[in-house]
Amino acid sequence: MNSVSIIAVASIAAAALCMAIGSIGPALGEGRAIAQALQSIAQQPDEAGTISRTLFIGLAMIESVAIYCFVIAIILIFANPFWSQVVSTAGK
Amino acid sequence: MHISPDQTILWRWGFLHLNMTIVYTWVVMLLLAFGSWLVTGRLAQEDQPRSRWQNAFEIVVQAIRGQIRDVCPQDGDVYLPFVGSLFLFIGISNLLDIVPGWRAPTGSLSTTAALAICVGVAVPVFGIQSQGVIEYFRHYLRPSFIMLPFHLLSETSRNLALAVRLFGNIMSGSMIVGILLAIAPFFFPVLMQALGLLTGMIQAYIFAILATVYIAAAVQRGQEGS
Repeated sequence: MNSVSIIAVASIAAAALCMAIGSIGPALGEGRAIAQALQSIAQQPDEAGTISRTLFIGLAMIESVAIYCFVIAIILIFANPFWSQVVSTAGK
Repeated sequence: MHISPDQTILWRWGFLHLNMTIVYTWVVMLLLAFGSWLVTGRLAQEDQPRSRWQNAFEIVVQAIRGQIRDVCPQDGDVYLPFVGSLFLFIGISNLLDIVPGWRAPTGSLSTTAALAICVGVAVPVFGIQSQGVIEYFRHYLRPSFIMLPFHLLSETSRNLALAVRLFGNIMSGSMIVGILLAIAPFFFPVLMQALGLLTGMIQAYIFAILATVYIAAAVQRGQEGS
């Protein structure tokens, strides 16, 4: 394998692993958070506004981890710096 | 495939590049400024009948105001212009996604980074306004000076997260629609577009509410300490 195909294989595999592993944690965390919030709303329906606002903020915080993974996967596939460097040196 | 509207350059003159992000940002700004100028030009007095648009705008402003009041009950109205403009700008630019050919300017990292920098500047400005320069910067040294790098790190990373969260959500929405158009056209892209509208509004809400929380934390820290 030449260096271009090694970089292509490594980037695609890394992007897939990044999305697959990186979304497990936030998914479990968001599930726990929503379950707890639903339980709290069921116990105290009067506080639903406060609980859901805090839930939204918390979900945004948790979700940002998954979005970091997504951005890195997108960079690896569509805007890979190593790939463009190898391509530009091979073109010379 | 372009991952952000930055790469579509419409017009260039020397070193000035006019890309799609800037043009669509101007469109949103024009829409907001001209729309509110048009409506607030003839505001009805208290006992006169109100126009339809004035009612609609009052509902929007009151909803934003109520949300800010819920986060910080004492001085919510001070943040209303800043946080409200953030919410309206992000919300309108995400909602206009239903217009064909529209690329939301929030789907570009440069726009979201600019918005996050605005929040990063507004937090110390409001903090200094409420407690003075020395008192504001002293909180970096609490409880001891060892915490200084951690305070700086947390402020940088939360602003970075603000920018990347908005960019990632909006960009992923349009990206998924683009990929689905190639795989399963006609039906599923419409569903994902509808989901994208919902995500866009939620992200606008989250951006505004997080900005409020950060500002309120900086202001209330001083009030508790004194």
